[in-house]
Amino acid sequence: MTLELSRLSRRFAGYTALDDVSLDIAPGEFLALLGPSGSGKTTLLRILAGLDHPDAGTARLDGRDFLATPARTRKVGLVFQHYALFRHLTVAENVAFGLRVRPWRTRPGRAEIAARVENLLQRVQLEGLGQRYPAQISGGQRQRVALARALAVEPDLLLLDEPFGALDAQVRVTLRRWLRELHEDLGLTTVFVTHDQEEALELADRVAVMDRGRIEQVGTPEAIYQDPATPFVCEFIGKVNRIPLVRTGGALAAAGWALDDDPWDGGQAQATAYVRPEHLALDVAATRPGWKAHLRHVYLAGSVAHLELDVSALGQTLEADVASEDLARLGLHAGGSLHVSPRRAVVFPAGSGGERRVWQAGEVAAVA
Amino acid sequence: MTAATAARASAWPRRLVHALLILAALGFLGLFLVLPLAAAFVEALRKGVHAYLTAIDQPNAYAAIRLTLLVAAIAVPLNLVFGVAAAWAVARFEFPGKAWLGALIDLPFSVSPVVAGLVYVLLFGAQGWFGPWLGEHGIRILFAVPGLVLATVFVTLPFVARELNPLMQAQGSEEEEAARVLGASGWQMFFRVTLPKIRWALLYGVLLCNARPMGEFGAVSVVSGHIRGLTTTLPLEIEMRYNEYDYVGAFAVASLLALLALVTLAAKSALEWRYGDELAAHAPGGH
Repeated sequence: MTLELSRLSRRFAGYTALDDVSLDIAPGEFLALLGPSGSGKTTLLRILAGLDHPDAGTARLDGRDFLATPARTRKVGLVFQHYALFRHLTVAENVAFGLRVRPWRTRPGRAEIAARVENLLQRVQLEGLGQRYPAQISGGQRQRVALARALAVEPDLLLLDEPFGALDAQVRVTLRRWLRELHEDLGLTTVFVTHDQEEALELADRVAVMDRGRIEQVGTPEAIYQDPATPFVCEFIGKVNRIPLVRTGGALAAAGWALDDDPWDGGQAQATAYVRPEHLALDVAATRPGWKAHLRHVYLAGSVAHLELDVSALGQTLEADVASEDLARLGLHAGGSLHVSPRRAVVFPAGSGGERRVWQAGEVAAVA
Repeated sequence: MTAATAARASAWPRRLVHALLILAALGFLGLFLVLPLAAAFVEALRKGVHAYLTAIDQPNAYAAIRLTLLVAAIAVPLNLVFGVAAAWAVARFEFPGKAWLGALIDLPFSVSPVVAGLVYVLLFGAQGWFGPWLGEHGIRILFAVPGLVLATVFVTLPFVARELNPLMQAQGSEEEEAARVLGASGWQMFFRVTLPKIRWALLYGVLLCNARPMGEFGAVSVVSGHIRGLTTTLPLEIEMRYNEYDYVGAFAVASLLALLALVTLAAKSALEWRYGDELAAHAPGGH
């Protein structure tokens, strides 16, 4: 049962939180809503949970109107960013809450509730902590209590708002992998909101990148990274070098380096090339078209080295990533000079009437 | 001189200041609070315990006590319901006139109770707006229990709402939202999540709200009509006895009122002592 969101809009006093958003959520998928703060991702999550309502648009599940179902009967599990645990109830009582508030006809018996709570606490690795109060456990444990509480009602859809936002870095990485495994075990449809691109790319089956209330691109993490649809996605996901191109002598060029084909047949006077740090080729001598650069700084980060290159011809600093072992092979060191040339770029036309192009050294690949 | 004695020498002016401040505070309290309170009891017992008991053991005194407790018993639950509803509305909803509602809740604090009483006379009196209609239907509000309750509710309106408002604003509504998504109905959300979160502040507000109506004089005096044994509450009974030069009787009843106040104070202190941590933990600004 695919959940079909169609043309959702939500306005608050003074700004538009959601602007004509359409999105299909497939059963069993792990979807990330990724965007900076104020991009509308949390608003979308709250609408899915039934805590907010769109001003326009529809959501259909199996052809039924999903939005007409009130929050309490929607069978949605929601984990809040700050968990929102009931502070006056124990961990076990928190987890049991969703079962205890059911109408008596569908409410499980006391013994069954206790058994299910125990089972869930085991599942989230919190056996033996049932009698503690939320104030007596750690942040990571609270997050798992919130998750167990949401899972207790056997939701069709699990929603997580910045699930790792309030945790420290080490706990975050462990919990991330654990959550992914849990998702696969349970076969639930999971939607989570995050502003952390690394988290989204690592965890999700698909990522929806949002900005200012709109969905910029939806796709697999690989597609989002390798084939960004808009300049915003280019700049928001990963690191990227932004190189302005101007038409000179029939080709779009930047300081002597030019696209070796014209993707828009002379239709554009200006364009912008986005080049990932790992797509900059570094050479000691000028063997292919590119620029002369001055190596200003080397940040060695384990297996990868991040280089800062001053390119005076462009008047800007480029970032390049190389494998640490290549550093020695090329004899690169801070203060030295070298030759740098793009191997791959995503090029956006400055004017309207042109599609983006993915450019590879030696060829122009049209976007399918 | 050793360092220790030097320290002691510089410490003694500081201690003197401490002592003076404590003395001033206690002296002030003694002069303006304890002394009058003690005077009430001394005056009441001036002619002996027997006279004291006789002054109280009168149908009028019992009627006044009953009426006072009855008015409090009606006004406090009314304020409890209103206070929770108002605090909920202000803390949780955005609506036009929200700032006005906040200011209106405080109005009874700034308006003289006598003015409040007069307003009720204007509304419900024989020459008032609703007076003729009420008269036709045989409904008595002024000079009867309903009028006393109305005046008391007006005066005590802010107590519960003001106690809850900052707390509910600080707590936010995430827990309530979590309860809703987990399938709780509105009532389940209120009784299982909201009420436990605010219970101490609520109890505190109710205690404050309970102390005030028992001692209310101004507003009640205007709407009461001073009918002995029927519409005189304890404060009114005291005034009437005093005006009749029955000092022992006036102070005897006053001592009863003081005792009721002391019981409330004791309950409040007991609450703070027993649940001080939780009260502090739930206070606005705290966590």
